[in-house]
Amino acid sequence: MPITKVHDIHKHRLGRNIGVALCLVGFMAIVFGLTIAKIRQGASMEAFDHQPRVSITPPEEG
Amino acid sequence: MTDATAHTLASRGGEAQFGDYVALMKPRVMSLVVFTALVGLLAAPVSVPPMIGFAAILFIAIGAGASGALNMWYDADIDRVMKRTARRPVPAGKIEPGEALGLGVALSAISVVMLGLATNLVAAGFLAFTIFFYIAIYTIWLKRLTPQNIVIGGAAGAFPPMIGWTVATGGISIEAVLMFGLIFMWTPPHFWALALFMKSDYHKARVPMLTVTHGRAETRKQILIYTVLLVPVAIGAGFTLIGGPVYLAAAGILNALFLKGAWQIWHRDEVTAEADGYAVEKRVFRFSLFYLFLHFGALALEAGLRAAGMGGW
Repeated sequence: MPITKVHDIHKHRLGRNIGVALCLVGFMAIVFGLTIAKIRQGASMEAFDHQPRVSITPPEEG
Repeated sequence: MTDATAHTLASRGGEAQFGDYVALMKPRVMSLVVFTALVGLLAAPVSVPPMIGFAAILFIAIGAGASGALNMWYDADIDRVMKRTARRPVPAGKIEPGEALGLGVALSAISVVMLGLATNLVAAGFLAFTIFFYIAIYTIWLKRLTPQNIVIGGAAGAFPPMIGWTVATGGISIEAVLMFGLIFMWTPPHFWALALFMKSDYHKARVPMLTVTHGRAETRKQILIYTVLLVPVAIGAGFTLIGGPVYLAAAGILNALFLKGAWQIWHRDEVTAEADGYAVEKRVFRFSLFYLFLHFGALALEAGLRAAGMGGW
């Protein structure tokens, strides 16, 4: 026996939910594709997560 | 939409499906936007990586769709009154006005931000301005105020090739302005030719239409005036960077034919037009669709020929 009750709304909204899911997957694919395209173009690959930012690191003396 | 309202709608089988949300975005308008923006992008002298070009056109189209949703939100009262629009999702009761507003605002923000991230801020700024212009200036302010509403609305429809150009070049130039001018000047004769034979119920919705406010003879005159103004813009584009012999030849023929049609419309009176079932007006309207499609098609062809080292001057 399923632990959730299937309501009529779930059936009515099935098409809509699948549509929204496909849109989200499509959006993810586009963001991924854009990232790859930008990197191939030579765009800045400096990230902000857990690494020193080369552009703001003071030059070493000596 | 709350679960309670969803339940009520579901119980009477009227709950909005995915297709209704697509309809909210005016897909037919979106297809024209995709086509003209793509030509603007291809005609530009700077090439764009295909993925970035694809994303740019997609976000421009989503921006146009967002405008459509916002337009349907604001114009729900008009749409309800007119036969042609009464079956749109909001007046039909499938989507609540607030939902159309929410979707429109969210998609506007997403499209502008994503276009800015994918391409450049000038293109994103143009898209934001286009949405603002279409909704605030045209839909909310001037559409119900002046019979020149078609001219003003035409400006919003004329921006996409300019945005496409800006995606590639990062700025505007005479070529982008001429592509804008081509659609801007084309819209009034195209729409008013339709208004002459489609006895619409705009007056019932209290939207001032030139045919009603200034009469049909004046509308015929305005069609000719805008067509005469359109010709130098369309021909002029042929002598710029985006033009070439193919475009110029096509523009020459198309403009001569359009001008002839506008002249015939101006020369006719209502009695003659009614007698032949508005044959000339219908022919000019149909031709105007080909006119725009073939101009932008010729620009795309010139771009293709240039890429192959054959097009241009």
